[in-house]
Amino acid sequence: MSELTKSSANLKIAKTIKLFIGGDFPRTESGRSMPVFQAKSKKLYANLCKASRKDLRNAVTAAQGAQHGWAAKTAYNRTQILYRMAEMTEGKREEFIEVLTGTLGYTKIQANKAVNEAIDAFVYYAGFADKYQQLVGTVNPVSGPHHNFTTSEPVGVVALVGNVKFNLGDLVAQIAAVIASGNAVIVIMANEGAASIAPLSEVFATSDLTKGVVNLLTGDLQELYPHMGTHMEINSISFQNSDKKVLGELKEMGATNMKRVIGPVKEQLSLDHLINFVEYKTVWHPIGN
Amino acid sequence: MQTTHHKPFHLEYAPSIESTDIVKIEAKNKLFIDGKFVEPTSKKYFSTVNPATGSTLAQIADANAKDVDLAVKSARKAYSKVWSKMSGKDRGKYLFRIARLIQEHARELAVLETLDNGKPIKESRDIDIPLVAAHFFYYAGWADKLDYAIPGKDVKPLGVVGQVIPWNFPLLMAAWKIAPALACGNTVVIKPAETTSLSILLLAQIFQEAGLPDGVVNIVTGAGETGAAIVNHNDINKIAFTGSTEVGRIIQKAVAKTDKKLTLELGGKSAHIVYEDAAIDQAVEGAINGIFFNQGHVCCAGSRLLLEESIASEFVDKLKTRMETLRVGNPLDKNTDIGAINSAAEHSKIQKLIQTGISEGGEYFEPTSSQLPEKGFFQKPCFFNNVSSAFTLSRIEVFGPVLAISTFRSVSEAIAKANDTQYGLAAGIWSEKGSKIHKTAAGLKAGVIWANTYNKFDPSSPFGGYNESGFGREGGRHGLFPYLSI
Repeated sequence: MSELTKSSANLKIAKTIKLFIGGDFPRTESGRSMPVFQAKSKKLYANLCKASRKDLRNAVTAAQGAQHGWAAKTAYNRTQILYRMAEMTEGKREEFIEVLTGTLGYTKIQANKAVNEAIDAFVYYAGFADKYQQLVGTVNPVSGPHHNFTTSEPVGVVALVGNVKFNLGDLVAQIAAVIASGNAVIVIMANEGAASIAPLSEVFATSDLTKGVVNLLTGDLQELYPHMGTHMEINSISFQNSDKKVLGELKEMGATNMKRVIGPVKEQLSLDHLINFVEYKTVWHPIGN
Repeated sequence: MQTTHHKPFHLEYAPSIESTDIVKIEAKNKLFIDGKFVEPTSKKYFSTVNPATGSTLAQIADANAKDVDLAVKSARKAYSKVWSKMSGKDRGKYLFRIARLIQEHARELAVLETLDNGKPIKESRDIDIPLVAAHFFYYAGWADKLDYAIPGKDVKPLGVVGQVIPWNFPLLMAAWKIAPALACGNTVVIKPAETTSLSILLLAQIFQEAGLPDGVVNIVTGAGETGAAIVNHNDINKIAFTGSTEVGRIIQKAVAKTDKKLTLELGGKSAHIVYEDAAIDQAVEGAINGIFFNQGHVCCAGSRLLLEESIASEFVDKLKTRMETLRVGNPLDKNTDIGAINSAAEHSKIQKLIQTGISEGGEYFEPTSSQLPEKGFFQKPCFFNNVSSAFTLSRIEVFGPVLAISTFRSVSEAIAKANDTQYGLAAGIWSEKGSKIHKTAAGLKAGVIWANTYNKFDPSSPFGGYNESGFGREGGRHGLFPYLSI
């Protein structure tokens, strides 16, 4: 934005930063915006959409519609799509750096490191999408003529609230940990790094990801979290924010549909982060004639 | 739909009554805290009745918040001074020893369970108690192998665990809760349901016989207030509850703003799907077992029978014929198929729901052959045919011998109907085609799926639900996760 004022032969065109719902880039239906400023300055960087309850509900509808098809893809396919996200992040390195330096005041070195971490997180969970099943699945030695086995399935639609302090690598790890097993996710980007929605949503839009599997909303957490907590079609919440009061309220509200409300993980890149968002199904199959 | 069914020729069974001589019930039953049976500070006792006769069996101590606090203090002391410091190998040895002692006391436990709960002796003897022993055996061996529980993860016990269990499988639910908790190095404060406290108090004596260190397991008897005192106690690290979704919600809210971990094993409205290519006679037997096992007091009961339209009429006729031969009556009779409803309150709840079904216009059937005993709480097995998914009995968990039957025409319709519930505990599939079983199983949103069988349980097999049937698994390697800090 600020570049607009620079005198130049070609007047720069700024990208309008919008939401990412169902694979599309809509503005918020509410018509509201919230300003993001340039690092350490009062100058406007961009007006982000301030997502409403209706936007959240639209995102849940999109996620629900997409989740089954995403889960039905082969694990090998999900692995390749997650790896593709790493490739697209590499391709958008300069855009990420521009947002991180521009809005958060990162040095170029810091910004490059953040992008590296994001890429590493995609690669880590790409590699896990077709392996965690073998680590947590079991064949159970029951006493009787049954082939008894336990497999994992995605929990369904997950709402994600990231760290209080923005960290691109962590956010990517949190998204990838949820979708690797076949869940769909709605991400509330409410911290100072929310402008990174622009390159991030384009990564998801160009990675052959089923539309609606990842939905990104910029907005006010305090306004949106009660609607997350009470929404009957949200099956689980990944709450990586350290606000214990909000976590407690989400768990309380989640009792309306027995939501699995998961507090902050210890390690971003780990098996337990991923399996926080799976259900276990045990099947008794007969053995006999 | 045909309404006729074959009445089988009448067979008289000579009663074969299990003797109760083996059981000695104390008139007053105290709390089990710090390895000793102690008077409740409340000084209050309540009665427990034999549901098959309505007569009082014994008095049970009513633990108040102060008693619960003493139990938690005892569990905390045992955790920090003894149990968390003991090697996994030795914890395992205690559990193995307990498993053996349960086998040695098997008959006594089975008779006591039937007296207090009302379930048929053949079930307590052949299913409940053997599974109780098996559960302790299974988890005993895990105690020194927890490094293998989750690949690449160091695990630790959580501390003091508070557990609240239901009345439908009193001792089995105690085993499901206590065995993994102790194997993982936790200590326990557990509350049985107020109508079925006796068998777990006999288990306490087995703990004493086994020399289990004092305070590792503490048993506080009482009703909802006792349970609330456990759930709200601030020195408990984890709550595990089995019971209704209604109470599960209250518990989730109660612990929401604490650091307590939580697992919930709640209600269900499980679908039992029968395809036209099923072995029909076996499927009829499976449907019977699915809903009438344990008087239908089973969270995973196959309470919605979904029949493929082409076989529905034939199937319902066979079901009626089979239901005529079910023997309802004295739970101590070894011939009895369906025993007593556990309490007057449950009995009246079931009867009200049946009236709701009739008033909503369901096609009601109950067998005419058997006569119910005059005393005690008994309910004939029954079903409602041709019900829609809006029908109350298609949606509400009855927790009794009441089946709702509807039809479907395709695999996808069967899956959609089965999943049309807020619950997700279990489901059954009957088909002779393996690929169809697997396709259906993959589409069902339920934690346990039985193919060509139903209501089978095994300590090595994880059990637990999706959605509003709760979270966490009991049994198997997955049953360790809720009792470990990962």
